[in-house]
Amino acid sequence: MDIQLKRGLLDVCVLSAIKNEDSYGYKIIKDMSPYIVMSESTLYTILKRLELGNMLTVRNVEHNGRLRKYYHITKAGLGRIEDFKDEWREVMNIYQFVMKEDKKR
Amino acid sequence: MTKQEFLSALEVKLSKLPRKDTAERIKFYEEMIDDRVEDGLSEKDAIAELGTVDEIYEQFVKELPLLKIIKERVTPKKKLSGGMIALIASTSIIWFPLLISGLSLTLSLYAVLWSLVLSVWAVFASLAISAPASVISGIVSIFTANITQGLLLIGAGLVIAGLAILAYYASMYVTKGSAILTGKSIIGIKNLIVR
Repeated sequence: MDIQLKRGLLDVCVLSAIKNEDSYGYKIIKDMSPYIVMSESTLYTILKRLELGNMLTVRNVEHNGRLRKYYHITKAGLGRIEDFKDEWREVMNIYQFVMKEDKKR
Repeated sequence: MTKQEFLSALEVKLSKLPRKDTAERIKFYEEMIDDRVEDGLSEKDAIAELGTVDEIYEQFVKELPLLKIIKERVTPKKKLSGGMIALIASTSIIWFPLLISGLSLTLSLYAVLWSLVLSVWAVFASLAISAPASVISGIVSIFTANITQGLLLIGAGLVIAGLAILAYYASMYVTKGSAILTGKSIIGIKNLIVR
């Protein structure tokens, strides 16, 4: 898959993993794993990029005597998911057209 | 390998990357191990799931944009002293031409590589055009000039068509090879810079 496209898709994937409640690295990977397998280094890079883009904020929470980083989605992050849903409708329309024309042969 | 051994090996390896983020990356991996252990895995299995230190390093090199690596490597760690700046400026007569020639050498290597690709496709194109042309002129000369010459032209046309097919496969291989080489060499350049 095109790298830029995949990068954008994975960004939305990670944002969705923290959409309903704040989450931490391992839980994000576990929640996504039935749908997509993501390595830690990929997740780290995405989280970093989303943080720099103000799509999420990070806070340290004490857990069992150690610190765990929790990721919280921002308004911009929620907006990114909504944008994705709109864009994807368009992509699905294109896909349906491609498949319809393909069947004609 | 224990968690501490793994993390210190990772720290040594990752310190080759832009240093600013090393501590944060190590913490991220530490949390990943702790959470896996809490989830019921043994420390050994938790570490095994993360992959080897070399694999993690390679993945980070791939994820990081080339420009970022260059920028962070070129940016000095400490502020340069006046003497240092003077030294760099006065020796620029030596290192600047070297830098420029290094850059242009790299660029010209890519140019050579891709002009090779272009030339094999040009060979293919000329064969592909001349094959049918030769066959057609052969057919024409059977009817207008003499049959021997016509058959000769058709035969030559078919030979050229065969060569064109070979040239097509050769061109495909050269193109694919060049694409792979270009991709690998960019990773190589990244490695060169982070070393």
